[in-house]
Amino acid sequence: MARISQIEGNFQFRERSQWWSVTMLSVCVHFPGLTESVIAAACSRVGQSVLHLDRRNYYAGNWASFTFNGLLSWIEQYKQEVPITELEQVWRSLIDEGEDAVPLSALDSSISNLEVFCYARLHEVSEPKEDQHTSDISEPSQSQEEKESQLSSSPADPTVEVQKKITYQKLVKEGRRFNIDLVSKLMYSRGALVDLLIKSNVSRYAEFKNIGRILTYRNGKVEQVPCSRADVFASKQLTVVEKRMLMKFLTFCLDFEQHPEEYQDYTEKPFREFLKNKKLTENLQHFILHSIAMVTQHTLTEEGLKATQHFLRCLGRYGNTPFLFPLYGLGEIPQCFCRMCAVFGGIYCLRHSVECLVVDKVSNKVKAVIDTRGQRISCSHFVVEDSYIRDEQRQSTAYRQISRAVLITDRSVLPSESDQQISMVTIPPLESSAPAVRMVELCSSSMTCMPGTYLVHLTCSSSGKAQEDLAPVISQLFHVSTIPGEEPSEVLWVMYFNMRDTSALDSSSYSLPSNVHVCTGPDDSLCSDYSIKLAESVFHHILPDEEFCPPAPNPEDIIYDGDGPQAKGPGFDESTNTECLESSQE
Amino acid sequence: MHGRVKIKSTAQQEEEKRKEKEKKLKAFVSARDAVLKKRSAGEHDEEALQLTRQLLSSNPDFATLWNYRREVLLHLETLREKDEVQKLYESELHFIEACLKVNPKSYGCWHHRTWVNTRLPQPDWTRELGLCDRCLSLDERNFHCWDYRRVVVKASGVSVEQELQFTDRLIGSNFSNYSSWHYRSTLLPQLHPQPFHSHRVCEEQLLKEYELSHNAFFTDPNDQSAWFYYRWLLGRGVCVCVCLELLCICEDTSAHPMLCVCVCVYVCVCVCVCNLDDLHVCVCICGRSELSVEKSSVLQAELQSCNQLLELEPQNKWCLLTIILLMRALDPLGHEKETLAHFQTLKEVDPMRSTYYSDLCSKFLIENTILKMEYAEVRVFSLSNKNLTTLCHLDQLLFVTHINLSSNQLLRLPPHFAMLQCLEVLEADDNAIENLEGLYHLPKLEEVSLRNNQICKLSDLESLASCTKLTRLDLRGNPVHRTAHIESELSQLLPRVTALSL
Repeated sequence: MARISQIEGNFQFRERSQWWSVTMLSVCVHFPGLTESVIAAACSRVGQSVLHLDRRNYYAGNWASFTFNGLLSWIEQYKQEVPITELEQVWRSLIDEGEDAVPLSALDSSISNLEVFCYARLHEVSEPKEDQHTSDISEPSQSQEEKESQLSSSPADPTVEVQKKITYQKLVKEGRRFNIDLVSKLMYSRGALVDLLIKSNVSRYAEFKNIGRILTYRNGKVEQVPCSRADVFASKQLTVVEKRMLMKFLTFCLDFEQHPEEYQDYTEKPFREFLKNKKLTENLQHFILHSIAMVTQHTLTEEGLKATQHFLRCLGRYGNTPFLFPLYGLGEIPQCFCRMCAVFGGIYCLRHSVECLVVDKVSNKVKAVIDTRGQRISCSHFVVEDSYIRDEQRQSTAYRQISRAVLITDRSVLPSESDQQISMVTIPPLESSAPAVRMVELCSSSMTCMPGTYLVHLTCSSSGKAQEDLAPVISQLFHVSTIPGEEPSEVLWVMYFNMRDTSALDSSSYSLPSNVHVCTGPDDSLCSDYSIKLAESVFHHILPDEEFCPPAPNPEDIIYDGDGPQAKGPGFDESTNTECLESSQE
Repeated sequence: MHGRVKIKSTAQQEEEKRKEKEKKLKAFVSARDAVLKKRSAGEHDEEALQLTRQLLSSNPDFATLWNYRREVLLHLETLREKDEVQKLYESELHFIEACLKVNPKSYGCWHHRTWVNTRLPQPDWTRELGLCDRCLSLDERNFHCWDYRRVVVKASGVSVEQELQFTDRLIGSNFSNYSSWHYRSTLLPQLHPQPFHSHRVCEEQLLKEYELSHNAFFTDPNDQSAWFYYRWLLGRGVCVCVCLELLCICEDTSAHPMLCVCVCVYVCVCVCVCNLDDLHVCVCICGRSELSVEKSSVLQAELQSCNQLLELEPQNKWCLLTIILLMRALDPLGHEKETLAHFQTLKEVDPMRSTYYSDLCSKFLIENTILKMEYAEVRVFSLSNKNLTTLCHLDQLLFVTHINLSSNQLLRLPPHFAMLQCLEVLEADDNAIENLEGLYHLPKLEEVSLRNNQICKLSDLESLASCTKLTRLDLRGNPVHRTAHIESELSQLLPRVTALSL
């Protein structure tokens, strides 16, 4: 799908590059992540002309999803990234009198501390003796630890184990079977994203898989969290009395607002204390706090109850857990919206970015943008991702970081009857100062990794570098070979990086014209609701009187009145005939 | 506004849909007529299959068409080689699958599928089981599919063990599925029979099953499936009657069928209504305890589990009721007080069924009194001021001479009250009795006290005329005394009554 929409976009761009350079656009979207894609789709859907520009050669920005090989070249790019020399001379001449230029940042600094380690052997080894010599070669980046670990790995039962193990070569060869997301999130089955996908009919562009089980790490081992009725019934680790207490508590949470007397003494106190007061056993407190409500030790009672309630309301809509995951990775979702945008006439343009904004001095509004090729494009709104904003335009730089790790493993963290389940694992803080970690283990039937492997995403809000935050968790949960004589590692490949979390910022954090809409990047929460709500609010800001993503019509219900040879798709004809868009009406 | 995709209006869409529908209907009707014509002409050819196929795939509930199809298939079968027949019926199975997608609860489809499998030279049962699993995963209560599955299991000889695992799986995914629990209850005695009692389940397996039901009702105590299964596990009363003694106490053989009494082992009393010349035809009414006598240690443990649940869920009716039954099985007299308290709670938490609980409670009280009476070896039965609402187990009171039912909530003396052939004195003051049907042909009845009841009409007292020894009758506080000339009418009706109080 990625390829199709890219072609679609480029095609339209080439066809009409002459056209859009002289006309006025209603919305120009820059660096499209999920939020920007949704805004673009929503605007395009109600008839606005939308131009989508991206400096990258792939879609969805930090929300992108890569094949293994794609990810390796992304890593290469990251390592080599240097500031592009600015073409100030070119665009200076395009600024008229009474206009100001606001340059955009050319360097994306939202990703940092990238580290890669490979534990898989490079090639198949036929002679066990040579093993030690061949296994220490790894790509693409070699670090100290990695070399050590590779040198030291010598399998206990080489003849059997070596044959079975997946090599680095194999990962690269099968690389296109991987769809590795930079952002790891799940979709609550009654969350804002699912609602929007259904409402707008965008869901038709994607397929989804249910998360099969919810696990947690407790007392040194991974165990299943009983969260649905069937889980509680089947659970072997709970006593019958615990089963009753858990079900009773969960039933109460479903409509806790109806029973304020139960929790009113605890509104100012942490949820954790409320659970204790409810006489729930430690088992149950752990499950509810960390795996069902998924809140911290300090979260207040009402918020905890709300989180529990949301979790429970999502249960059973599409299966026994509250979550869905898009096949081929989360990166599909922004692309689905891009497709919708393109179907309704949006124009896409990769490897192309905006150099500066042209601001009218009198109205203090953006009236045009100047791209890297020195073209001036008029537009009435400009939507941009936070990372393009220069520090001069910022009022506040109070952003956080997200720590991420991506692992390729060759066995599940908790093997079970079915090896084709997506598991969500909640890992409470290992020490009181450490952050809680969220882990999603994707199986090959989710179309994100090659058969025989699992793609594991770890996410937490950073307290330091990603590796510092997550390596201890990985070593607890997975067998990573570091000691000589041990059997080979079940982790084949690891990547750590930090991603900037700008979700705490809002429009007051920037000193920009009012028709520049800055979208913050992905946040560290499990779901995408934040980004969807942001998209909706930006959309209503741009077009206060329009409906946000009304259902797209079925192809058979569309009337084609332009019968020219160009009438290839809906929205195509109309937008070419559009000369000056009346979006300045607002 | 410019730049918008133009779409058809709802009216336009509806108009199109309507036209589409009309067209479809026309096509359906003409095809139907063609098929019926072919059938009456006795044509059994490929075309008939083709036509019925079209019709059935849009409406699989057209039974006539399935019949016609069977006729055609049977005819074609005679014309073809075995290989071809196999192919013919296999394609039929595929077709039925498509129809089931239209209506998974179509009687015609499932019936036809069963039939096809009987005709198929080499049926593929594994595939059929797979189909059932798929259907049940979509709707676990599709009883058509359950029925069909039973046929498949029987035909293909799936082991009982596998079937038990199948119920494990279904119950695991949703334990509110009574079909699976019930199926389990039919499989267990086959797989783990109790020595000497093949219809019961051996103890080792029973304990596992108890645990399974605990898991279910602790998870959701309001779900009745598991409770019913649990009660089945605890066992229903099973009585073996052996006639020891035949006692004829009826003197008037001409008036009504002979009434005989057999006294049986285990203090169970059976009443056999039979003709003199047809003694071996007996109707047994027996069984006093709801739960069979399992090892009392097991029942004790179960009672503890239920009490544990009751502590957490003091309002749960299923739990309360099960506790009552367990207590009765263990020690009915020892637990009488608690039982009564539980009944009180039951009536409060489940007011819709309060009368049912009252009746059940009456039954248990009567049982307890009978027990006490048996220990004491007396022929006096006294149960006053106990809120009785119904009378039962009268069959077990055949030798009683004195009955005291005063201060209860009885509404009537039911016809089977007439079984108390030895009864001499009846006290039933302060009830709400308005019907005396049961006071009929009681040959030894001498004294009846019905003070403060609801007897309204003289006709209500007519049955008393058949009790020939009745001499004392107390009707004070009944509406009947307001009837005109009551005294004279009564003396006419009951001439032998010498002491009448009104």
